[in-house]
Amino acid sequence: MMNYPAGEAADQATARSDTDSTTPGSPPAHPAVPPAAAIAAQGLTTVRGDRTVLRGLDFTVRAGRITGLLGPSGCGKTTLMRAIVGTQAKVDGTLQVLGHPAGDPTLRSRIGYVTQAPSVYDDLTVRQNLDYFAAVLFPGRAHRQERRTTVDRAIDDVDLASHADSLAGRLSGGQRSRVSLAVALLGTPELLVLDEPTVGLDPVLRRDLWNLFHQIAADRGTTLLVSSHVMDEAERCHRLLLMREGEILADDTPEALRHRNDTATVEEAFLRLVDAAAARAAHAPEEPRS
Amino acid sequence: MSPARTLATAARVLRQLRHDPRSIALMLLVPCVMLFLLRFVFDGSPGTFDNIGASLLGIFPLITMFLVTSIATLRERTSGTLERLLAMPLGKADLIAGYALAFGLLAVVQSALATGLAVWFLGLDVIGSPWLLLLVALLDSLLGTALGLFVSAFAASEFQAVQFMPAVIFPQLLLCGLFTPRDRMAPALEAISDVLPMSYAVDGMNQVLRHPDVTGDFVRDALVVAGCALLVLGLGAATLRRRTA
Repeated sequence: MMNYPAGEAADQATARSDTDSTTPGSPPAHPAVPPAAAIAAQGLTTVRGDRTVLRGLDFTVRAGRITGLLGPSGCGKTTLMRAIVGTQAKVDGTLQVLGHPAGDPTLRSRIGYVTQAPSVYDDLTVRQNLDYFAAVLFPGRAHRQERRTTVDRAIDDVDLASHADSLAGRLSGGQRSRVSLAVALLGTPELLVLDEPTVGLDPVLRRDLWNLFHQIAADRGTTLLVSSHVMDEAERCHRLLLMREGEILADDTPEALRHRNDTATVEEAFLRLVDAAAARAAHAPEEPRS
Repeated sequence: MSPARTLATAARVLRQLRHDPRSIALMLLVPCVMLFLLRFVFDGSPGTFDNIGASLLGIFPLITMFLVTSIATLRERTSGTLERLLAMPLGKADLIAGYALAFGLLAVVQSALATGLAVWFLGLDVIGSPWLLLLVALLDSLLGTALGLFVSAFAASEFQAVQFMPAVIFPQLLLCGLFTPRDRMAPALEAISDVLPMSYAVDGMNQVLRHPDVTGDFVRDALVVAGCALLVLGLGAATLRRRTA
């Protein structure tokens, strides 16, 4: 298994993706990209059961930006996110998150993670849910004021102040997933990993959430990794990782992707890349899938 | 391990229960109703009521806490909150101790009600101190919590979790000496009952029933039950994985 020193791995990967986004004729990429990579992966491979879910991924996620992780259902997005937050078993290769190996105990208070299904206590109110998770992050009497502040802000962030005293189980699906998001926003994490946070939400709410994501990235300097299988959300990200069957098809800005593939939308660009990959696979000699 | 996080977890578990008054009522009242029934089933033979009643005072908290904990932790596993908590700076020991504390508190209330009812209203003749009955009941509830936590790791659904009750509890119930003294069982069964923790829970209750002082056997029984509870809690902690497939 490949095991580069962390810094070198990050440099190599950053250099590679930079050349990608400066293909001749592409519009200027976002200026002032912070040099530090929040996430750097080298040869990241994960096996679940007898299936290889991630196949030797190399990529970086830039600090302070919103990176969209897009691809069809079952392509490995959730497994990749679980590897990053350190809850996925059997991860091979190098995966550095905020300068530490993924899963390092010091990362637990620095990452906010929202699973696809809302993970909150249905038999507690919104505020009681947040109070408990805040107590896990900031335990003890000394932090009482800090907890109150961060809980109030998280409730405001997701616009649930009017439902703060409702039981989570009585809320609608969209409201429950916002409670789950609010938990991840507690304590200003440096990295937010959001697994399909907008799935099943109405368009107004989706727009509001994306505005919130941008505000969090801009004001709090948070790095966001947001997965989605809805391609129109791709346009709202600073950078994109397009995934298919455990591999990364593209790592670029939305503009560069559209431009390079000569398409009007990211969705068309993605389809074109998928077709190209399928054609390559058809011509390549049969590989054992393991 | 952080006491503040443990206390926060215990408070959270109790807060969840508070939103479910029906469960609390069932947990607290069912043992009392059973004892009441039992008293009048053995209306003609008070000696039998003394024996079985004292044993049941040890068995009720074990069964209730087993059920409550296995379902509660299974819900924690399936709802994703466990994964979320383990991705946060929460120690496994904090979580387990929090659960044990919350349910232990509930078990104290349950046992106090049941013991009080049995001793003062139903005429259960205890020669020893009722406080010792309460102590054994508390240790039993801890054992129930530990067993429930442990088996919840092997249940994929609440349906399966409930089926673990007969699988784990009933054999102990049959062999613990409640139905017939253990030394009159087939030798193989007696040997098995010697290694099942509920046997010691029931034995401890009977020690209090018959002896005015704390006997050596009582101390042994209490230590065995407490030791088993801690051992199984440790095993339960091992089933909480931060990384899962």
